[in-house]
Amino acid sequence: MSIDLTVIWAFIIAFAVFAYVVMDGFDLGIGILFNRFPVGPERDTAMNSIAPVWDGNETWLVLGGGGLLAAFPLAYAVVLPALYAPLVAMLLALVFRGVAFEFRWRDPAHRQAWDVAFQGGSFVAAFMQGVALGALLQGITVEGRAYAGGWWEWLSPFSLLTGLSVVAGYALLGACWLILKTEAGLQARARALAGWLGPLTLAAVAAVSLATPFLETAYFERWLTWPSILWVAPVPILVALSSLLFWRSLKRGDEGLPFVLTLFIFFLCFTGLGISMWPYIVPESITIWDAATTRSGQIFMLVGAAITVPLILGYTGWAYWVFRGKVKADGYHG
Amino acid sequence: MFDTFDALLLARIQFAFTVSFHFLFPAITIGLASYLAVLEGLWLKTGKSVYMDLFRYWVKIFAVVFAMGVVSGIVMSYQFGTNWAVFSDKAGPIIGPLMAYEVLTAFFLEAGFLGVMLFGMNRVGKRLHFTATLMVALGTFISAFWILSVNSWMQTPTGFAINEVGQFVPAGSWLDIIFNPSFPYRLAHTMTAAYLTTAFIVGAVGAWHLLKDHETVAARKMFSMALWMAAIVAPLQIVLGDMHGLNTLEHQPVKVMAMEGHYQSHTEGAPLILFGIPNSAQGRVDYAIEIPKASSLILKHDMHAPLAGLDSVPVDERPPVAIVFWSFRVMVGLGILMAVLGLFSLWARWRGTLYTSKLLHRFALVMGPSGLIAVLAGWITTEVGRQPWTIHGLLRTAQSASPLDAPAVAASLVAFVIVYFTVFGAGVVYILKLMAKPPHSGEAGMPNIPVRSAGITPASALEGAAA
Ligand code: HDD
Ligand code: HEM
Ligand code: HEM
Repeated sequence: MSIDLTVIWAFIIAFAVFAYVVMDGFDLGIGILFNRFPVGPERDTAMNSIAPVWDGNETWLVLGGGGLLAAFPLAYAVVLPALYAPLVAMLLALVFRGVAFEFRWRDPAHRQAWDVAFQGGSFVAAFMQGVALGALLQGITVEGRAYAGGWWEWLSPFSLLTGLSVVAGYALLGACWLILKTEAGLQARARALAGWLGPLTLAAVAAVSLATPFLETAYFERWLTWPSILWVAPVPILVALSSLLFWRSLKRGDEGLPFVLTLFIFFLCFTGLGISMWPYIVPESITIWDAATTRSGQIFMLVGAAITVPLILGYTGWAYWVFRGKVKADGYHG
Repeated sequence: MFDTFDALLLARIQFAFTVSFHFLFPAITIGLASYLAVLEGLWLKTGKSVYMDLFRYWVKIFAVVFAMGVVSGIVMSYQFGTNWAVFSDKAGPIIGPLMAYEVLTAFFLEAGFLGVMLFGMNRVGKRLHFTATLMVALGTFISAFWILSVNSWMQTPTGFAINEVGQFVPAGSWLDIIFNPSFPYRLAHTMTAAYLTTAFIVGAVGAWHLLKDHETVAARKMFSMALWMAAIVAPLQIVLGDMHGLNTLEHQPVKVMAMEGHYQSHTEGAPLILFGIPNSAQGRVDYAIEIPKASSLILKHDMHAPLAGLDSVPVDERPPVAIVFWSFRVMVGLGILMAVLGLFSLWARWRGTLYTSKLLHRFALVMGPSGLIAVLAGWITTEVGRQPWTIHGLLRTAQSASPLDAPAVAASLVAFVIVYFTVFGAGVVYILKLMAKPPHSGEAGMPNIPVRSAGITPASALEGAAA
């Protein structure tokens, strides 16, 4: 039997999306919380803590989108029109946020406006990513090889719920990142924020998890019928366990562990998502094999990915390593 | 208000708007990255501080332009799916992998080395810093390489088969796809265009400062360098454009008919229409000023060669003539003006008035944006001339679009226009402010603040280590 390249590519794309979610997640989260930090050194420090990394972070979004087109063109062609409004809103929000980041420093006269753009852009981008996720999970109307729903189909109580959940989750990641990277007043503030963002995120995860099985019978069968429940039960159990650990470590005053545990919870949620969707890429209508590009294309790209992705990861890891330690208002000096 | 527009037209306008905006930024950064590499190389070689001053002056501008290129580019990678879903499904197996390679090879490379380039001087050592500058320049080239290969494949598709569900799939070697017939010409012509665009911007900034004070050393240097580029590269670009056109005649003759305004076929030498008003309803160019038989001479290198016109093409396979006709003339006109400025500068150099001739400086100043305009005009010629196809001869634009409702596209189009003009307008104001200050000796480097486009490079941490 030959190796199933389609499965490999599904994992590569999933990896790119997950890399994007956790990496851009914490810097979007800091944007979402921006007005919680007093103007001046605290705000500047919060922004400096993400300044060197977030452009690289966002390149994963391009890889996620471009990779989907490359590896699963049919899925790209069906999902993007279905998510038209949330995606356009997300892109515009990212434009605002991206330049706000730069202009804020160069145009002190309008710093307040750019701060609002930064926060608003971060919030909208995160919210729309969550909405897009919810809209995908709840199913998309497909006819033949095309999207066949209207331009409001994405909007539902469920997608709004996932939207808010992602906002809460990113904000939590951002707060935990600041606990790790800062000290004194800002750190205490971040810890207090994590104190209520943590429970909020968990409540959101619980709500989404409870609602999901009732969206499609296939989800229900996978999560709530015997014996399949045996296989999937570890996911919620691990979420519950890590949440307890998270709470304890936050209260104990740990600096790094809350961030790590939050990442782990994100990973579990992502796994849960995979369990619900597998092997579909557009739930209940297009499988990864339906959508996959040709074998020739898969091999061609795999060669490139096998060489460059490890390089990119190594480089990124090194960059984060060099930036270890606490950040100050004037950047990573001293 | 949008009743008269259908979703397809709106989607086309939106795509054209966002891609045109996006391209303006790479058109500058591709050239500027190489210019910066040259400046730094000269500095390393000669040790003259004026080169470093110029490097520091232009790198600040580069950073802002690059940032805008990135955010507008992210939008592009989603526009294919949101606006051209059917196209993405059908052409995805061919163009998708090429664009994936662009991300993997170019974008991560740029994101990686940009930080060292912007902040790293004095911190990572001269050698590593120069390497970083070269890598960024290389990254912009690789980026252009892949995306132009994609675009060229849409113009002159090769190396594909069509599968049972109607997708274009690779047949045989990927090299046939990447190096499709129009790609070498398009790559050469577009890269040269990017260099010219930068040269004329640099020249205009130099001219502006010379007009105020013709003693400014750095302004003299940049003006002189830019005009050497103009004098050498502008004529080269005309030759490359001519070759590109002959290639187009071979593979997309209908586009050339539209560019030339040839509604009628000519059996005995076709005229070169210089100006006129294309009248598609009547199938002729009104008030045409033409040179008899010159078109056949240029295109076929034979005055008497017959040349087919649009009357030989079914009506529903003709591109909109007026747009193509005019945009082509704008590009060529600017190309000729560029060459004229280049010649003028050679003459001034010979006369020893390069730094004092007000006329030359004013001419160079107004030519500042000429590259940007020519580049857009060229792309409009190319893309509109390909109509009504997205994949030439095989897939129609009307059959490429996403199943979208007009109000959705209209609303997002309005949003794009407002956001782009606000955000990028602010960026342009900032750049103009930087340009208005003269470069001086001991020019400050990047302000010591985080820059969003610093990439994932730990340059400012390295600074901490060195301090
Ligand atoms: C500084 C910019 C610039 C200048 C001065 C010129 N061009 Fe150009 N031209 C471009 C920038 C450009 C471009 C933006 O790079 C295009 C668009 C797509 C492409 O391949 O290159 C282009 C396309 C383009 C095409 C269309 C090819 C096709 O669509 O298949 C032709 C025939 C020419 N050019 C010919 C010329 C000639 C004869 C010029 C001489 C005066 C000239 N160009 C000057
Ligand atoms: C960067 C400079 C570019 C400019 C200014 C430009 C401009 C345009 C314009 C004006 C149209 C609309 C044509 C019409 O509807 O009549 C168009 C369409 C299109 N272009 Fe480009 N384009 C550029 C580059 C590219 C590249 C690099 C690609 C592909 C990789 C591309 C792919 C398309 C597609 C898919 C369409 C939609 C179909 C169509 O209407 O032809 N364009 N472009
Ligand atoms: C001739 C047309 C194009 C050229 C030469 C070109 C070139 C470039 C270059 C050099 C950059 C680096 C940023 C900069 O220098 O400003 C860039 C950014 C980008 N371009 Fe284009 N581009 C073109 C059209 C397109 C199109 C049609 C797409 C859509 C698929 C696209 C997608 C992107 C993306 C996603 C980025 C941001 C990458 C990042 O995050 O660093 N480009 N482009």
